[in-house]
Amino acid sequence: MTGSLMGSPDPSGRFGEFGGRYVPESLVPACMELEAAFAEAWDDPAFHDELDAVLVGYGGRPTPVTECRRLSERLGIRLLLKREDLTHTGSHKLNNVIGQALLAGRMGKRRLVAETGAGQHGVATATAAALFGMDCVVYMGEVDTARQALNVFRMELLGAEVRPVTSGSRTLKDAVNEALRDWVAEVDHTHYCIGSVMGPHPYPYIVRELQRVVGEEARVQCRQLLGGADPQWVVACVGGGSNAAGTFAGFVDTDAVLVGVEAAGGAAMGHGVPGVVHGMKSYLMQDEAGQIEEAESISAGLDYPGIGPEHAHLATIGRARYEQATDAEVLDAFSLLARTEGIVPALEPAHALAWVARQAGKEIPHGATVLVTLSGRGDKDVAQVRDLLA
Amino acid sequence: MTEAPALVEGRLEAHLRARRQQGRKLLVTYVTAGVRADWVQVVQSVVAAGADAVELGIPFSDPMIDGPTIQAASVEALRRGTTPAGVLDAVTSLEVEVPLCVMTYYNIVFRAGHRRFAQSLASAGVSGAIVPDLSLEEAGEWCREADDAGVATVLLVAPSTPEDRVARICARSRGFVYGVGRMGVTGERGELAGSARRVARRVRAATDLPVCIGIGVSTPEQAAEACLDADGVVVGSALVRRVLEGASPDEAGEFVAGVRGRLDAGA
Repeated sequence: MTGSLMGSPDPSGRFGEFGGRYVPESLVPACMELEAAFAEAWDDPAFHDELDAVLVGYGGRPTPVTECRRLSERLGIRLLLKREDLTHTGSHKLNNVIGQALLAGRMGKRRLVAETGAGQHGVATATAAALFGMDCVVYMGEVDTARQALNVFRMELLGAEVRPVTSGSRTLKDAVNEALRDWVAEVDHTHYCIGSVMGPHPYPYIVRELQRVVGEEARVQCRQLLGGADPQWVVACVGGGSNAAGTFAGFVDTDAVLVGVEAAGGAAMGHGVPGVVHGMKSYLMQDEAGQIEEAESISAGLDYPGIGPEHAHLATIGRARYEQATDAEVLDAFSLLARTEGIVPALEPAHALAWVARQAGKEIPHGATVLVTLSGRGDKDVAQVRDLLA
Repeated sequence: MTEAPALVEGRLEAHLRARRQQGRKLLVTYVTAGVRADWVQVVQSVVAAGADAVELGIPFSDPMIDGPTIQAASVEALRRGTTPAGVLDAVTSLEVEVPLCVMTYYNIVFRAGHRRFAQSLASAGVSGAIVPDLSLEEAGEWCREADDAGVATVLLVAPSTPEDRVARICARSRGFVYGVGRMGVTGERGELAGSARRVARRVRAATDLPVCIGIGVSTPEQAAEACLDADGVVVGSALVRRVLEGASPDEAGEFVAGVRGRLDAGA
């Protein structure tokens, strides 16, 4: 089924021309196994019951939608926040890893490997591994282990092994390479718990489906707050793009303008061209010869030179637009939300807030209703921001 | 099962078949292009030492199926400013008696464009291409352009590949079939994995194309062991490590001559 927006990809794992499965032959059978396992699980009410029970009883779902009083007044719009920062472990990443850990269990795999940038996905994976009694190895670029030292310790507390990655740019893209290398060697007993809507088919599809809960909850909650109406603008930050994909899935068939906000230094849609890396065809920052370029932003979670293939498709067909926020704007938005609403956001969703703050009263008309997915909380970033503002 | 289109036997396949016919075990050596200023001399030296084909690595920024040695060589080659066009320029003037293949990742091919890349290989005298992250399902468009340009696309069979896929991959592969010796990335290992000979036997049962085992074939002894079931081997990291450690072209040749001698001595 490819007819409806944000439905299933085509049999080759494509959203329009993007996606696919560009992996070494050693990994093709594992991708096929995962595809079959997910299809079976997603059709199985017992799987959904189990997943929902964990997300509710352990993860704290549903998360609320909070109406911002003071910030709305200041910006002249009606601003709503989907509060994924209130999920257990502090970000939307838990939604995905609980689902994937349950899938791994169904496939008889007791070891999880993951890549992480900011550390949020690593913490979430370590948490799921602890919860289900699985082994866990997290690959994290050496640059990121330094700027997110607290999250490294948190993962270790949870029983995971954190392996610093010293190859390439020593950030998220290199952590993905290392996780894939681990997976090739250990695939018979290891599940690669990928953290975003990226990688080879079926990962972009699985992760979006597991994050769909964000958008579906938000849609119902927004209607309650907005007298039955949908928000006019739906905005989320995008690195690989999982919180945006989950959010957009809930609103793609409404009239809402969908906006993904990239880091100016890691803008695959903004500065990239189509290419293939990490198993997928999508927009990538790369040079003339096809060498992948290094992303650079204040936010480790958005330091990724690619973007999930479904976002590339949504951009190509014009259903979503992709904008950018600079590091300076992000720092302003970080402080602004803290002072006006008493919520310290992660630097990643501060990109979405920064774009909204810039465009309120301009592209976003006065009085418009705007939903921003607050994908995570800012505790992990407080020390870094303190240093930056000093 | 996908029927392979009728194909004129390319230079790579003809050469390898002819040498196999002579009772010779095939030795394919991998060198990362651009890793040093004298990399072309390294290639000439390993050919003189008895390589039956040379696999030239065009470095890529994100070599996900490569282990630390070839990663380091790729980083170094890129640091030295190596580009696909530069490699092919150097190859054009390279006079060796054996066929050359390139090994690179798909984004290098995709970025150049299938037809342009295939034609640039052919113009440079390259007769084969190995693109390890291009799976059978994704390979069709590239393979057609490569066939048209007379460039053999060598496909890989892994220990994890199910039987029906082995047959389909062998039917689509050109030149030879690359048998992945072990589950994992490229790199030297203390022992040949048990999977290496099993993969060789499975490929041989599916095709008459030569089968060469690579990934984890590090020593003359391991090469000889793999060749108990395979037609040949691909030796990469063991050679590249020596080059990274400063081995001269002659010394690189000596290592290859050692593997050659062991293969010629038989099991």
